[in-house]
Amino acid sequence: MPFIPHTALDEQEMLSAIGVPNIDALFDEIPRNLRAATLSEVPAGISEMALQRLMDQRARLDEVDLSFLGAGAYEHHIPAAVWDLVGRGEFMTAYTPYQAEASQGTLQLIYEFQTMMTRLTAMDVANASVYDGATALAEAMLMAVRANKSNKSNRIVVAGNLNPNYHAVCHTIVKNQGLILDVLDHDPSTGCLPGSVEAALDGAAALVISYPNFFGGLDDVDSLTDLAASAGALVIGVVNPTAMALIKPPGEWGARGADIAVGEGQPLGIPLASGGPYLGFMCCRQQFVRQMPGRIIGRTVDQTGQPGYTLTLQAREQHIRRGKATSNICTNQGLLVTAATIYMSLLGNEGLRQVALTAHAGINALTDLACQIDGVTARFSGPVFHERVLALPVDASRVVEKMAVRGVLPGLALGDWVTGMAHCLLVNVTETKTAADIDLFARLLAEVIEEVKATC
Amino acid sequence: MAETRDNVRYLPSHEWARLEADGTVTVGISDHAQDALGDVVFVELPEVGRAVQVGEEVAVVESVKAASDIYAPIAGTIISSNEALDSAPETVNEAPFDEGWFFRLQPTDDKALNELLTPEDYRALCAADDH
Repeated sequence: MPFIPHTALDEQEMLSAIGVPNIDALFDEIPRNLRAATLSEVPAGISEMALQRLMDQRARLDEVDLSFLGAGAYEHHIPAAVWDLVGRGEFMTAYTPYQAEASQGTLQLIYEFQTMMTRLTAMDVANASVYDGATALAEAMLMAVRANKSNKSNRIVVAGNLNPNYHAVCHTIVKNQGLILDVLDHDPSTGCLPGSVEAALDGAAALVISYPNFFGGLDDVDSLTDLAASAGALVIGVVNPTAMALIKPPGEWGARGADIAVGEGQPLGIPLASGGPYLGFMCCRQQFVRQMPGRIIGRTVDQTGQPGYTLTLQAREQHIRRGKATSNICTNQGLLVTAATIYMSLLGNEGLRQVALTAHAGINALTDLACQIDGVTARFSGPVFHERVLALPVDASRVVEKMAVRGVLPGLALGDWVTGMAHCLLVNVTETKTAADIDLFARLLAEVIEEVKATC
Repeated sequence: MAETRDNVRYLPSHEWARLEADGTVTVGISDHAQDALGDVVFVELPEVGRAVQVGEEVAVVESVKAASDIYAPIAGTIISSNEALDSAPETVNEAPFDEGWFFRLQPTDDKALNELLTPEDYRALCAADDH
């Protein structure tokens, strides 16, 4: 299906109307060495029929009967009403409204989303969302450097037990903006950050803490937040929104709370779909609100005193501030915000807490069963939310391969992600897994370990 | 027609600078600028003690329409910021040349003020803007 908005003749007419010889000439002001010549990784076009076949094949690669893979994206039950409502034309076809106040329904929905996120994180304000959890963190780093005026530092200390994909994305986004990312190694025996971090924090603009951390564990966020505060560093919390129904939200960490909280909103009603699209959330303390990228929807009254919603705090967005905007990649994820808002409305406080509790009980049950298998232990002994690292007696990637053949994705083999963890498997359980599923996992794990041992 | 004052000098970016009796220089934005910005909702002020170069971005004024940078009209050291604007940013709209000032600096060389636009120059600039 061709989708070409104008013909070659149209292009010629437009170019001659403005007196430019060709399209390339429009980019003259960009130095030639800064232009991407060709996109070498992009293959030539293919026909619609060939494309459909390719995508069908790829979609089949995602098919699995039972998945215990988390590592940043989590399978949750999504009530049917969520996407039934999101799929309505009024939501489905809406883009960020340029005449914002004409779209009162959209604005009200975003306002409700912001309110829910501030309650979940115990922070003062939330924005209307950004692309995904990892870009939300990169934005938070840039924001912290702008906001922490007292120490004028461009150095961010990042927890070593943060999701490796978040490390990579943040590096890509901030490396050319003069930020220095210092990784604070976790203690290899606990998976958590060390207790004394004063030296690492000296002169840093901010500390990034992941809660839960990449291994599912729970760092001592109170102590870390207080240590950061006394070192003059801001605290950025990367949090799982489902976990917030059960564990301490960033607004309550330590004596003063975290300064910025970000995370991946996918667990709130967004399906696992080959990696996206997802949804980043971003919250902060009131005093930093003007350094937060994106926009906030506010509630006000019109001339006749009726409540209405309005686009607030957009003065530093790029359509106004151009190169000096708080962010030049940020938009809000309108449709996914809609899904997350409906999901949270349907579950309510108690529903979300039940989801979190069931997941937590599930990973504990799975750990107990798995650790009865000869040679299998919990790699770190501390408490977890809904994910844990199992140390296996054999290479974990072999186990993943063999269990996948039997229709079960047992988790993430950590060998490719964390040095020295080739025998480790990161396993997640959510409320979607029954006791029978967990039994099956343990039974298959025992079988497969014996098989791998036999072939060694 | 926006008000101008004869006892100050101006920048083309609509800041004004006034040499005080004690040798310090007060900086704010013109009546023309506040009118173009619309309702001012926030002013981000420089830290006291900061040394600034001429033309350096030192403050941000944010209205319902836009956020704009404020530039140092001359080199010097910031000696005070108008903290009353934190709770009453609308003062910039109400009294741009008086209570709505932004910051004061100790100039490195107050003769640098002579490089700035005279009231006549600035009125001509604003008149051109209006057309």
